[in-house]
Amino acid sequence: MKNNLVELKHISKSFGKTMVLDDLCLEVKENEFITLLGPSGCGKTTTLRIIGGFEKPDQGQLFFEGKDITDVPANQRNLNTVFQKYALFQHMTIGENIAFGLKIKKKSDSYIRDKIKYALKLVNLEGYENRQPSSLSGGQQQRVAIARAVVNEPKVLLLDEPLGALDLKLRQDMQYELMRLKEELGITFIYVTHDQEEALTMSDKVVVMNQGYIQQMGTPEDIYNEPQNAFVADFIGDSNILDGIMVKDELVEILGQRFACVDVGFGTNRPVDVVIRPEDVVLGKEGEGYLDGVVTSLIFKGVHYEMDVMAGGYEWLVHSTLCYPVGTKVSISVIPFNIQIMNKPESDDERAVISDV
Amino acid sequence: MFRKILISPYVVWALGFIILPLFMVIGYGMTDADGNFTLENVLAIADSVHYKAFANSILLALGTTIICLVLAYPLAYILSQQKRKGAGFVIMLFILPMWINFLLRILALQMILSNTGIINGILGFFGLPAQHIMYTKGAILIGMVYDYLPFMILPVYNVMCKIDQDVIEAAQDLGATSVITFQKVIVPLSMPGVVSGITMVFIPSISEFVVADILGGSKILLLGNVIEQEFNLANNWNLGSGLSLVLMVFIIISMALMNRNKSEEGDAMLW
Amino acid sequence: MVKAKKVAARCYVAMIGFLLYAPLMILIVCSFNDSKTRTVWGGFTLHWYTDLFQNEEVLLAVRTTLVLTTSAALIATVIGTLACIAMSAMGIKMRTVMQSVANIPLLNSEMVTGIAIMLLFVHFMTLGFSSMLIAHVTIGLPYVILNVMPKLQQVDKNLYEAALDLGAHPVYAFVKVVLPEISSGIISGFFFAFTISMDDFVVTYFTKGAGINTISTMLYQQLRRGINPEMYALSTILLFTILILLAVINRLSATRSIEETEY
Repeated sequence: MKNNLVELKHISKSFGKTMVLDDLCLEVKENEFITLLGPSGCGKTTTLRIIGGFEKPDQGQLFFEGKDITDVPANQRNLNTVFQKYALFQHMTIGENIAFGLKIKKKSDSYIRDKIKYALKLVNLEGYENRQPSSLSGGQQQRVAIARAVVNEPKVLLLDEPLGALDLKLRQDMQYELMRLKEELGITFIYVTHDQEEALTMSDKVVVMNQGYIQQMGTPEDIYNEPQNAFVADFIGDSNILDGIMVKDELVEILGQRFACVDVGFGTNRPVDVVIRPEDVVLGKEGEGYLDGVVTSLIFKGVHYEMDVMAGGYEWLVHSTLCYPVGTKVSISVIPFNIQIMNKPESDDERAVISDV
Repeated sequence: MFRKILISPYVVWALGFIILPLFMVIGYGMTDADGNFTLENVLAIADSVHYKAFANSILLALGTTIICLVLAYPLAYILSQQKRKGAGFVIMLFILPMWINFLLRILALQMILSNTGIINGILGFFGLPAQHIMYTKGAILIGMVYDYLPFMILPVYNVMCKIDQDVIEAAQDLGATSVITFQKVIVPLSMPGVVSGITMVFIPSISEFVVADILGGSKILLLGNVIEQEFNLANNWNLGSGLSLVLMVFIIISMALMNRNKSEEGDAMLW
Repeated sequence: MVKAKKVAARCYVAMIGFLLYAPLMILIVCSFNDSKTRTVWGGFTLHWYTDLFQNEEVLLAVRTTLVLTTSAALIATVIGTLACIAMSAMGIKMRTVMQSVANIPLLNSEMVTGIAIMLLFVHFMTLGFSSMLIAHVTIGLPYVILNVMPKLQQVDKNLYEAALDLGAHPVYAFVKVVLPEISSGIISGFFFAFTISMDDFVVTYFTKGAGINTISTMLYQQLRRGINPEMYALSTILLFTILILLAVINRLSATRSIEETEY
């Protein structure tokens, strides 16, 4: 069992009248890649800034290696941050940027020189010591920012949407790069993003946040396959989220039609939310499935076709490798295992926030 | 927290040398020589001498502002459209006079306008009769326009440069002729610059006394001259302060009227 | 049609340029004219210049101006920059109040500012170099704030935080990271304050003590008395000084931006 490296206990924070974090508890273990995922304004960046020491929580405590560091200023914490817009010091060379923290710690010149070399090698920018930050591309600048942080040998690296300012292709390359770095350095990464693909690709643990609350925490697989509420389901990938009634264990009624499922323990005749991933909807010939409908739109997406199917008064989103032209009469079926039943939200916060995504 | 302490020298300065002096003016302006409260000094603006001087000031300041705007606006527009190399240098040329000592520029103008100056020299050369330009309102107007023109060019030019070329092209793309584009896009977008240009020309010209002194002789009195004389010749500081208060209030009111129509782009101010 | 427009535009620019510069050109020409009348060319001479450098009154005024403007600009820059740093840490309401106060001398006419400070000094102290200095700092301050404040607001907050994050003490972080970012604003603030006070006549006129002259007030006295051609020479020298100064500043900022884009 690994130890808790960072621990947030009952953290609350508001800016003016806006409550940003409400009684947030979070544990981060050693050598973990944990991602805080959520739409803008969900409190993920504030959480990171509290860990980094740039914001003070109104309530609650922050522990690092078992010690309370709530009141320790940022410059005395043994963790480093990589900022979204790099925050490189433009008037210094790359080398000087990387040496900044080491000089403050009064390391010897030869140590600093070796460290710069090592760090630049680590981020594949060997020989860039004497360049100016402005002469580098966005991706390169972000690598420098990472190098500048890791030379200080922090126990935890905080990354605040580090790939947010990069273009798509670069972002994908950098994802692998970050995973490799994490392996080589063997330290904890706390990563903030609003990009669900990034979160699912890189993390050991994903924390989905919305409106100051943690909605769900778990491995990427858990989060994707078994969203605990409509917000998570909607935020992680496209989903069909339908109102349903749990007739009894392993049987749910959707759109007036009964579907077999595998979920138990929701009681009888209780309203629930039902999530069905678009790739799990199986289209067939008219009359062969649970519901009949008509294809209303068709888009070719490369790997698959994306279709809208009007069936039972609901517009289903369907991904399929087979092509059904618009107007085709089809049937819809879903295998029991792919039907995900969720409790109805107790608060507004858990409701799907489509506009934010 | 400790950063906020750094403001203390400024606060001391502002209280001691900005706020307190203003209260001194109010204090002097609202009292008579014996220190008793009176509104006489302020109401003295209604005396015919003061009233006429004030009217002259307003007239000349308005004239200066309008002429400066009319001259500077097309110039700023043309300059803002320059994309060639060396455009920066041309713009420098028009801004440069701002940095040249004000009196020095009046001196230069005096050489041209005076009875034995360049203009009359040229007229004489062609056998034409000499003109008496000096010591007229016209001379003061020319002097003020000459002095304050760069202060109108700069803010208008700055704002025009900031107008996104895409916006202009979008207007044309939507079928606007260049006249309509100018009217409906460029003019409204340049308003903040025009407002700050007017401010920068109107405020100094309403309280002008040096130009009137030198190019107008003592023949034409402006409110600025009257105030200056109350302080430096007549030694009636109470009256001088009272009239200054009138001037101050007048400026505040006219600026408030100007800014009422101005959009929230306060940062277009000045430079 | 387009061509005609272009020509018209050029002519217009040239005309305004001519109107602005012709008087100054004549001034320069007259400073080399060996004749006391302005309309007659009496041959080339430098003796107005040599006279100028022997004129104690002029030299004293030049010295006073330089000492006054340099120290006023320095004081204004220090006070103004500190104020900006403090203001950027303040809430929006407090900052607005502070900035409005800073703008009072800008929106007030120079005459009222001058008179106000004069009244203060006559009441509590005496007019002299110190009253001029204080008046000049006061008119320079808003320009320093106007130049520094936007720069400070442009600085990415993350830069300062990144420095803290790397272990820097807040003061060290500010000096090492924020100050270089706003240095151009501070420098231009200084030059603004400097030129504003160099150019000032009205405020100086009201706050100066008896017997002290800056270049401006001396020119004014001369203008009222009837001009001495030495003043043309002085003006010419001033003109070229400003020209060279601006060229240097321009060059400095130009090379800086080239350095940045070179890589």
